[in-house]
Amino acid sequence: MTFSPQLEAKFAKLLGSYPPGRQRSAMIPMLMFAQDEIGQVTQELVEEVASRIGCTPLQVEEVLTYYSMLHKKPLGKYHVQICTNISCMLTGGTELWEHACGKLHIGHREVAPDGLFSLEEVECIGACSWAPAVQVNYDFHHQVTPEKLDQLLAGLRSANAV
Amino acid sequence: MLYNEPSPHEVKILTRRFGLPDSASIKTYLKTDGYVAFEKALKMKPEEIIAEVKVSNLRGRGGAGFPTGMKWSFVPRTSPKPKYIVVNADESEPGTCKDRVLIENDPHQLIEGMLIAALAVDAHAGYIYIRGEYRYLIDIMDKAIAEAYEHGYLGRNLLGSNFHFDAFTHTGAGAYECGEESALLESLEGKRGVPRIRPPFPAVVGAFQSPTILNNVETFCAAPAILRDGGAAFAALGIPKAGGTKMTCLSGHVNKPGVYELPLGFPVKTMIEEVGGGIRNGRKLKAFVPGGSSCPVLTAAECEGLTMDYDAMARVKSMLGSGGVVVMDEDTCIVKVALRVMRFYAHESCGWCIPCREGTTWLRKLLQRFHDGHGQRSDIVLIGDLAKNMLGRTFCPLGDAAAMPTISFVEKFREEFEAHLDGRPCPFEHAEQLVMQ
Repeated sequence: MTFSPQLEAKFAKLLGSYPPGRQRSAMIPMLMFAQDEIGQVTQELVEEVASRIGCTPLQVEEVLTYYSMLHKKPLGKYHVQICTNISCMLTGGTELWEHACGKLHIGHREVAPDGLFSLEEVECIGACSWAPAVQVNYDFHHQVTPEKLDQLLAGLRSANAV
Repeated sequence: MLYNEPSPHEVKILTRRFGLPDSASIKTYLKTDGYVAFEKALKMKPEEIIAEVKVSNLRGRGGAGFPTGMKWSFVPRTSPKPKYIVVNADESEPGTCKDRVLIENDPHQLIEGMLIAALAVDAHAGYIYIRGEYRYLIDIMDKAIAEAYEHGYLGRNLLGSNFHFDAFTHTGAGAYECGEESALLESLEGKRGVPRIRPPFPAVVGAFQSPTILNNVETFCAAPAILRDGGAAFAALGIPKAGGTKMTCLSGHVNKPGVYELPLGFPVKTMIEEVGGGIRNGRKLKAFVPGGSSCPVLTAAECEGLTMDYDAMARVKSMLGSGGVVVMDEDTCIVKVALRVMRFYAHESCGWCIPCREGTTWLRKLLQRFHDGHGQRSDIVLIGDLAKNMLGRTFCPLGDAAAMPTISFVEKFREEFEAHLDGRPCPFEHAEQLVMQ
């Protein structure tokens, strides 16, 4: 597989980060960074990472199914993650989640037909003091109300139309 | 950046650089006594460093509260194996968002803490395990690491000594369980995050089968202040047996939620009423969780005279935990809270131990049934029994973390569970709708 020079540089750095013979340690970071570039963990990627760290594809497969952020199916261009865990729930996170489902007409881990948005109800993302919290891809949004979420989604939609 | 206004009650030790221009840069760090503690530690013997940490009464800030100096002393320094430093930045205990601000605003403080720990046990490499969702922190940390190499605080022959140390970031990929130390080490080695049986503890057999110091971000971040100003000065900030400050994350129904650095032993009532600005909308306090969702809940009555420290929380059968204080007002449905907390643990149970895997799932189902109005009176006892049978029967504390709050919800708010019986609607639904409007 060919990756961008930036990703190759990341891979090289990762493979040099662990003690000799421990290159398997790079597996999860490599999968994460590669997924960011190609959008999902493909079978080809599993095999590529396995060969680079000296594992079997099956060993990569068994690890990747454990981690909720690694996914074999593509997500929307903007993956909207809404936290409904305790601090967010107490401050309107559940209502925000329901609002988002209604607005985008999709549910948990579903992708909108145009591929622009996907939704996920996530567990605590570490923004409890600024709840309710939303993450779009890796960007945090704090104290999000249904109105603020509408604006955010509209902004992303129009940015994409340009 | 800062996400909330500081409070006048704060004692700013770990957060002393917060709000300074470009606080994450090495330039700002060096201008404000940065790496002074490391220079001092370089001239000390390892046992002297550990002794200073012991004097400070620093206890682990990740949740367990184990004395840090003692933990460091367990590392067999003379072992021929390499030693490692591992930073637990997999912050994911619901209610907790403090390590995020520590790394975001002052990453060099963490590097300096790692260097001090490395000197104490003769380690030459360290890994910062950052949860996958905190991707921007990996960029901040990588930048700080690069700056430290440029300025000679990482790499070989540091400050002209024969000491060398390399630091690396490592990303997680979404798993609460990886915040548990042995599961974190498995994950660091490229495996599923399932816990290891202990003993041996990571101090003896940790990362890559080698002796390892594994601490929370906040614990490492306290080390520079301890070495710089002395362990006694740090100890004096807190109370006997618990030195220094605690990063406290206030969330839920308070007027001024935020992350605040408060001295250990801070009164709970002042924390909620003054630091947190009291309960929203003039309502009354019903309950609060002192240190993340794993801690048994405390009622408003239990707040009287209570202080935020390890021993005071143990006396009321709860825990200081990670410092994630979740405040609930009088209109909060405890059954709903118990259900949401259990949904979390059932989702995050790694499945390795049957009592946890099955226990969390069945508790979730029982609590869901209750919340839906189909609960039976015998279920109240069953919930308590199931939870009690999980305690102490798993490799890692996740099973306990799920069971302990559940037991406290049922025991302290039994009448709320009873109010959901016989198909009656949740008595708090109406109140909640009013709040939302």
